Amino acid sequence: MTIDAFLLSRIQFAFTISFHIVFPAFTIGLSAYIATLLGLWIKTGDDKFHLLARFWTKIFAVSFAMGVVSGIVLSYQFGTNWSRFSSAVGNVIGPLIGYEVLTAFFLEASFLGVMLFGWKRVPPWLHCLSAFIVAGGTALSGFWILSANSWMQFPAGHEMRNGIAYPVDWVQIVFNPTFPLRFMHMMTAAYLTTAFVVLATGARHLVAGKNVESAKTMVRMAILMIAITAPTQAVIGDFHGRDTAKYQPAKLAAIEAHWDSSKPGALVLFAWPDEEAGINRFEISIPGLASLVTHGSMDALFKGLNDFAPRDRPPVKIPFFAFRLMVGIGLLMIAFGWVGAWLWYRGKVFEERRWLWLAQYTWPLGFTAILSGWFVTEVGRQPWLATGVIRSVDAVSPVTTLQVAISLALFFCVYSVVFTAGILLINRLIDKGPDQTMTKDPPEQPSKRSLKAVQGEASALFGDGSPGDDKIQPAI
Amino acid sequence: MEWYLPVIWAVLIGTAVMLYVVLDGFDLGIAILFPTTKDEGERDQMMNSVAPFWDGNETWLVLGGGGLWVAFPDAYAIIMPAFYIPIILMLLALIFRGVAFEFRWVAKPHHAKWDLAFWLGSTIAAFAQGLVLGGMIEGIKAEGGQFAGGPFDWLTPFTLMCGVGVVCGYALLGATWLVFKTEGPVAERARRQAKKLLIGLMVFAVIVSIWTPFAHPRIAERWFTPSNLILLWPFPLLTAFCGYMVWKRLNGPHEFTPFAFTIGIFLLCFLGLAISNYPYLVPPKLTIWDVAAAPSSHIFVLIGVSFLLPMILFYTAFVYWTFRGKVRADSGYH
Repeated sequence: MTIDAFLLSRIQFAFTISFHIVFPAFTIGLSAYIATLLGLWIKTGDDKFHLLARFWTKIFAVSFAMGVVSGIVLSYQFGTNWSRFSSAVGNVIGPLIGYEVLTAFFLEASFLGVMLFGWKRVPPWLHCLSAFIVAGGTALSGFWILSANSWMQFPAGHEMRNGIAYPVDWVQIVFNPTFPLRFMHMMTAAYLTTAFVVLATGARHLVAGKNVESAKTMVRMAILMIAITAPTQAVIGDFHGRDTAKYQPAKLAAIEAHWDSSKPGALVLFAWPDEEAGINRFEISIPGLASLVTHGSMDALFKGLNDFAPRDRPPVKIPFFAFRLMVGIGLLMIAFGWVGAWLWYRGKVFEERRWLWLAQYTWPLGFTAILSGWFVTEVGRQPWLATGVIRSVDAVSPVTTLQVAISLALFFCVYSVVFTAGILLINRLIDKGPDQTMTKDPPEQPSKRSLKAVQGEASALFGDGSPGDDKIQPAI
Repeated sequence: MEWYLPVIWAVLIGTAVMLYVVLDGFDLGIAILFPTTKDEGERDQMMNSVAPFWDGNETWLVLGGGGLWVAFPDAYAIIMPAFYIPIILMLLALIFRGVAFEFRWVAKPHHAKWDLAFWLGSTIAAFAQGLVLGGMIEGIKAEGGQFAGGPFDWLTPFTLMCGVGVVCGYALLGATWLVFKTEGPVAERARRQAKKLLIGLMVFAVIVSIWTPFAHPRIAERWFTPSNLILLWPFPLLTAFCGYMVWKRLNGPHEFTPFAFTIGIFLLCFLGLAISNYPYLVPPKLTIWDVAAAPSSHIFVLIGVSFLLPMILFYTAFVYWTFRGKVRADSGYH
């Protein structure tokens, strides 16, 4: 492996996109959460929801800013570092990115202003609507970018002429085969990740004995979300894996560290894949289980890595280990959510200090799972940039090694400073908790109709501070 | 190939770039003027005058870049590597300035470094955009659909001057915006600054107008062929008129018109550059037809643009309307 513009450009893209994805993943989920809170506030008139919405909106603002600025970098990097890719697939992927900007970015960016600064300027229903629009915008953005990414994983609806992809059928391009499940998988991941951040924040406040009421609401809402979405995510992930088996057999073989197609695939729990020798060392595995999971039968045969010429194989170790990390975290999330739900059902969720104490450290789980998932899918796509269309090595710009080395170093320094500062500031905001002073001057009631009747529903679900709720005592 | 599709797209992307320049121009501009006051309240007021808009404004930059890729993939593939260093610089600078909007408030009272990031990030971003503008006018070496020049082709006295010119122009937009949106000492000072910046921008426009026809015969031919001259003479005249009006209105009590006429100057200069270079998108050789995407791609996105762009303009206007009126020293959003 030589250090050249190609290798450095790959590192630069991996570095910048890894930083970036953390923020959209969080803001997709958080905008939906804030919209939900505002909706509950309007429906119940309970200021608790309003307080929480304001609290999370501050955190949202900082995260969104970091997502925007790190995202602009990516939209330009296609050209600066991967210009041959831009020419080869521009006819097909360009429009998808174009639609992302037109349908999503403007929507988010414009209504973000209303959402962040419109508390006193617009009526509550419009403010709430803005939050829903922002949440919808972030999801739409995910729709288009995942469509583009999925097209690169398994291109469809195009034809090749002189090394350039030309569109033939736009429906097939947008809804390419691996897109629907990848989209669902990523969206669910985003909501789940945010739920864990909300849970950890609530738990942190409860353990510290501050903002008890709002913290309880956060914990309840998060448990509900996790207990449902974490297992759902496992099911979606399973179907998504079958897509991979069907459309990207080389990636699947790397994920499973499956070398020999004459035998059914074993579910490898641990191994050290030896890419030189084409075998696994120190393997611990369950025979036939990988075949069962991906192809529905213990005896099913599927392609092994040895069926692919070395130049057509993805690297094995990264997809292999990253996949195990992702699945491991996923199982942990399910367990954590269900234990929480069980405790809640028993009415002990705020008494079981050990669970709460653990919960405050769960916020990195979702982010780690998302990053490892993306490492699986992106490294597993190699050596292609767009499978069968253009290889990564043929896609790099005619720029010098020195240029890319300098830009990579600059990105490294700037991101270290800016994102460290951002995360520390978010941490400070989370620590501070909802600004209790704001309840003293609540904005006008969201609705003129009598709300006593409907007040019950959401409050019953998430607690309204009735006597039984107050069992937790401040720690000190 | 349908000859008109690339023309439509060139107009669309031109519009997006123009909107970007005006909209992000004024919010980069207020940041460029940040060090001219030390008073924290005044800085808050300046920043608040653009806080609800900056994100939407910057999205036009994404549309400009993304749109170029959509409509003219080969131009995108040539231009981006050609300006590798200025573009990366611009992106890094925009990171600093973008996060400063949020970090500054959260970090208070320890926000001095984010004030610096806001100012320096905005100034460098504007300067880098000037470098790219100058480099585009001077032309890019391309072969076989790819960039074929060196890493520092963009670094010339002309491009450096363009960098200074754009910083000055954005600062003028920022100053006139402050005259429009603020009151008190901030607006007073902006009114004084705007005059100096106006002189700077007009000098820059004159230099570019003289320099480029001398350096590039194709531009001289475009403007000074008698048949063209008859059509084009109003352009410099109108530009001078707008400049005069900015000056005059700054002397009076007018609040909005200096900003409006500054936009006029920008619009005319932009049109002038377009006239100089049409039909080349990557001067000196590649026209908009040489680098266009497949017609099917053009049409596919055009269908969306036809109803999405009016919607975007509508709700952008709605946001500006929501936050209409003066930003006073005490009316922070945070």
